[in-house]
Amino acid sequence: MVNIFSIPRINRRAWHVWRRNLTVFVKTWKVNFFPPFVEAFLYLLAIGVGIGTYVKEIDGVPYVNFIAPAILGIAVMNSAFFECTYGSYVRMYYQKSFDAIIATPLSIEDVIAGELLWGATKSVMYVVIMLGVLTLFGVMAFPTSLFVIPLAFIGGLLFAALAMCFTAITPSIDALNYPSFLFITPMSLFSGTFFPLTILPPIFSYVALALLPLTHIVAVFRMLTLPAFSWTMVFNLTWIVAVTLLLCVIAINLMRRRLIV
Amino acid sequence: MDSNNYSNKRGTYIPPVILAEGLKKSYGNIAAVDNINFAVQKGEIFGFLGPNGAGKTTTMKMIQCISPRSAGGLRVFDLDPDEYPDIIKHRIGVVPQETNLDPDFTCEGNLLMYARYFDIPKDIAKDRVKELLTFVSLSEKHDVSIEKLSGGMKRRLILARALINKPELLILDEPTIGLDPQARHLIWERLKLLQSQGNTIVLTTHYLDEAARLCDRLVIMDNGKILEEGTPSSLVSKHAGGEIVEVEKNNDVLECIRGMNVPFEETGDTVLISASDAHEIARQLLEKCRPKKMLTRPATLEDVFLKLTGRRLRD
Repeated sequence: MVNIFSIPRINRRAWHVWRRNLTVFVKTWKVNFFPPFVEAFLYLLAIGVGIGTYVKEIDGVPYVNFIAPAILGIAVMNSAFFECTYGSYVRMYYQKSFDAIIATPLSIEDVIAGELLWGATKSVMYVVIMLGVLTLFGVMAFPTSLFVIPLAFIGGLLFAALAMCFTAITPSIDALNYPSFLFITPMSLFSGTFFPLTILPPIFSYVALALLPLTHIVAVFRMLTLPAFSWTMVFNLTWIVAVTLLLCVIAINLMRRRLIV
Repeated sequence: MDSNNYSNKRGTYIPPVILAEGLKKSYGNIAAVDNINFAVQKGEIFGFLGPNGAGKTTTMKMIQCISPRSAGGLRVFDLDPDEYPDIIKHRIGVVPQETNLDPDFTCEGNLLMYARYFDIPKDIAKDRVKELLTFVSLSEKHDVSIEKLSGGMKRRLILARALINKPELLILDEPTIGLDPQARHLIWERLKLLQSQGNTIVLTTHYLDEAARLCDRLVIMDNGKILEEGTPSSLVSKHAGGEIVEVEKNNDVLECIRGMNVPFEETGDTVLISASDAHEIARQLLEKCRPKKMLTRPATLEDVFLKLTGRRLRD
């Protein structure tokens, strides 16, 4: 039995799996690039402009500028999470792609690493498109906002790994609805996204900072896009990196446990 | 590694391509493969026969380095699959039981993608893909998506995919399952051709005519154990005799056969008698009890298989 904390051995061949997914993605690029484009518009209009008309500003920041980094953070979360839950599950279970690939020199660890890198890449692509749209609305400060792009990769890796842990233990594709609706949806609302956590009782802040990765990602993104730096960014970034590494290790070992019998 | 085991002054000892000694795979308390021994030599076609659940696929997966063994020894190309899975996998080609072609790509795309997994440079891969599509008679379908292929085409494409890295050892798990006779014959022909080029081939099958036709040697497995090993013809003569007399079963016939003092087996509405001189038995039967239907035929691997593994349904 594999220890879920043992460090997996990954070969550079993992990038072949990443290339495979990229090739499929590029073939249908029109369909794939459309959603982040539209999503950025919808959020900004409905919440930023719509609700913003009444809210005006939060802590001296115009409301639309306040939620813009949250839109990016949610995009990082959703694109990686859904890619490595439903997307990976379909490739693993219905298409038997992982079985086909591990008959070649790639190991299951390489395959899962490739899938995680791909999930993170998808977050980056979505964030780049949304960043473009948000820039047109004039709610991104440059050049600091450009740092959102590399951070989208790390954040994407975090959510890809988190997703892969659920994929590794789910009994069926339908059961993936539980983490999606009970964990991801609430997280997109209670991570200091559309209102500051400080208006809720302190316990909410503690829980969010301890357990909700999006809280840290949105906090960092907000510091970069406003910009409004604070020493707490060090804490946020440390938390993100540590949890990302831990989840990647656990995700790969759980998948190995599921697939190598 | 002790080199003395493998060479001496008089000549070089070539280790078998696959060597299993006391090989075992357990899931909890259940032994899927239970202490089996076999050796596959270079250049031979070696078959694994057995009913469903006999442990054939599990054995294949251990050879392919995708399922670690529970106990015993296993060497592929004289290497331990636990230690050198990537080196071994570089040198083998696999036709799995389940069709797992990538539905997001065309025929050509599937092979090119697979070539990449083996780190084959793109220009070399392109030439090889062309050759292989011709080899399995799929050149015209090169840009067709996987969903549009028939079952037989998919199996042929999987064979081509398994050959992309020019494997020294080809492992085929039920290669012709569900195929029409034309497609089966094409695959058999290609496998024989590959053997003549020096490939070693290991296959599992339920089709006993396939095993008899292709395999130089085979083992019959049941319940995780190897029951018999040998060439198809030696197994037939050892277990089923030379010929079989099939007689329609009724009480008169049974009475009569018992009187003749020959070994026989009852199955459904037929009685089977295996004998070296079937015509003599048939003549006697005809004289003594006048059966309505009777035929004599050469014994086949199927007779051996059913004799060794029984007629009980497995799943």
